[in-house]
Amino acid sequence: MHLILFFLFAGLCLAGAINLLLQTHPINSALSLIVVMTSLAVLYLLLGAEFLAIAQIIVYAGAVMVLFTFVVMLLNAGREERTLGSRAGARVGFPAVAVLLAVLATVLLHAQGLTAAHLGAGLTDAKSGTNLDILSQVLFHELLLPFEVTSVLILIAILGAVALARADGSKTGGAEGTAEK
Amino acid sequence: MTILPFILWSLLKVAVVTVVMLMGIAYTVLLERKLVGRIQNRWGPSRVGPFGLLQPLVDGAKSFLKEDLIPTAVYRPLYLLAPIISLGCALISIAVIPFGASMGPKGMDLFEISNLNVGLLVILAVTSVGVYGIALAGWSSNNKYSLLGALRSSAQLISYELALGLSLVGVVLRAGSLNLRDIVNQQATLGMATWNIFGGLQFIAFFIYLMAAFAETNRSPFDLPEAESELTGGYHTEYSSMKFAMFFMAEYGNMINVGCVATLLFLGGWTSPLGNLMGPFDNPIINAVLPIFWFVLKVFCFLCLYVWVRGTLPRLRYDQLMNFGWRFLLPLAMLNIVGTSLWLAYH
Repeated sequence: MHLILFFLFAGLCLAGAINLLLQTHPINSALSLIVVMTSLAVLYLLLGAEFLAIAQIIVYAGAVMVLFTFVVMLLNAGREERTLGSRAGARVGFPAVAVLLAVLATVLLHAQGLTAAHLGAGLTDAKSGTNLDILSQVLFHELLLPFEVTSVLILIAILGAVALARADGSKTGGAEGTAEK
Repeated sequence: MTILPFILWSLLKVAVVTVVMLMGIAYTVLLERKLVGRIQNRWGPSRVGPFGLLQPLVDGAKSFLKEDLIPTAVYRPLYLLAPIISLGCALISIAVIPFGASMGPKGMDLFEISNLNVGLLVILAVTSVGVYGIALAGWSSNNKYSLLGALRSSAQLISYELALGLSLVGVVLRAGSLNLRDIVNQQATLGMATWNIFGGLQFIAFFIYLMAAFAETNRSPFDLPEAESELTGGYHTEYSSMKFAMFFMAEYGNMINVGCVATLLFLGGWTSPLGNLMGPFDNPIINAVLPIFWFVLKVFCFLCLYVWVRGTLPRLRYDQLMNFGWRFLLPLAMLNIVGTSLWLAYH
């Protein structure tokens, strides 16, 4: 059952990814990316990581991709044009990526002294207790400092974005009220 | 349980719940028309069947029989996909909503399609995906009113989703779980005195949730995406016949979902106002029917509140809406989280 679902959603994920590259209209590409994100969430679910799966849908498929589609809708971006470079890229790109991935995977596995069979061994023997408990233990006890530092980093990024947006608004002579309208 | 009975049992539950949900949607429309009619000092639909009770069926037949127009300038694939996304997301959430305590023979959960330990997050995730239906409908219609309506609507949904999510954190903190059943059981001990809205001191969270829920479902006084006077129909201007009806059904489906979540998180779910003080009865049939009765009653009251607000309050302006969401509800929700955490740490 798990195997069937895995092949189904891994296939869907790959199909979405390939469709993302083949589509010329940006909104179709954005929607394919949502398919990829959602199928990845199902794969996480199959590995027993419910929280990660749902977080993937809320954050990536929900929030991030909505902003992507927003930008596409607002800019009304046209179709992508086929140029000489993009045609050449379509021919060479896929084999190049496959070769690169194969080389990297071999080198990394070799360097760590692992074979392909070892991969994923740690995923199946999950401890007792729900996934959520383990995750919060790790995040809020063992990795508390990095977690908090990351949240401060994100806060700084938000403040930076606000500052940039404000500077732009004052340049065009509008107060914040006009920017909203 | 082996795999085949599990699949058959799940399919059966899905079929029953979907039919009940669709009927619920149809009769919520009637409830709204009747109540708004009374508020405006008129009768509302009263001709079809006794008290107009058959009106929803006739309305459904009408939308099926209307001509299905597809304007030439639309972007067809997304134009056709958008209502399906909207309605699909409205119907999916009900899958993780429990209507009663876990009971039934041999691990067959009678009152919930699937009991997940991240149930609450699933509902939030489905809601956040539902935005696409509206955004794509507006964009693919190739109409300025639709696009403006969709932009307003998506901006509103994204803004209020934050306040909505944060208002639920207090409840989750108190229950220590994201499983909807655990949240309800935690409120059941002393009945109304331990419901999150009263004894749990989460009334501020309930207020935030209520406001955010009105905005999330595009209902009055936050129904700017379909402000008739300025945007004709908003994102569904170009839709006709059954496709329009699907958006309509999605809106009412979302109302029911929001009512279910409010019931589960703040109003003690399927437990009676006396909670565990009124123990289980000897008769198994009463034990099975009573939770459903309380659950439906609470959702019904919530829906009546919805209609009451719609019949009472005028529509806000767009900048008022955004200011209210970001400058009032969001900080209030954060304060609520801090307050609840301190209170729990003190105990």
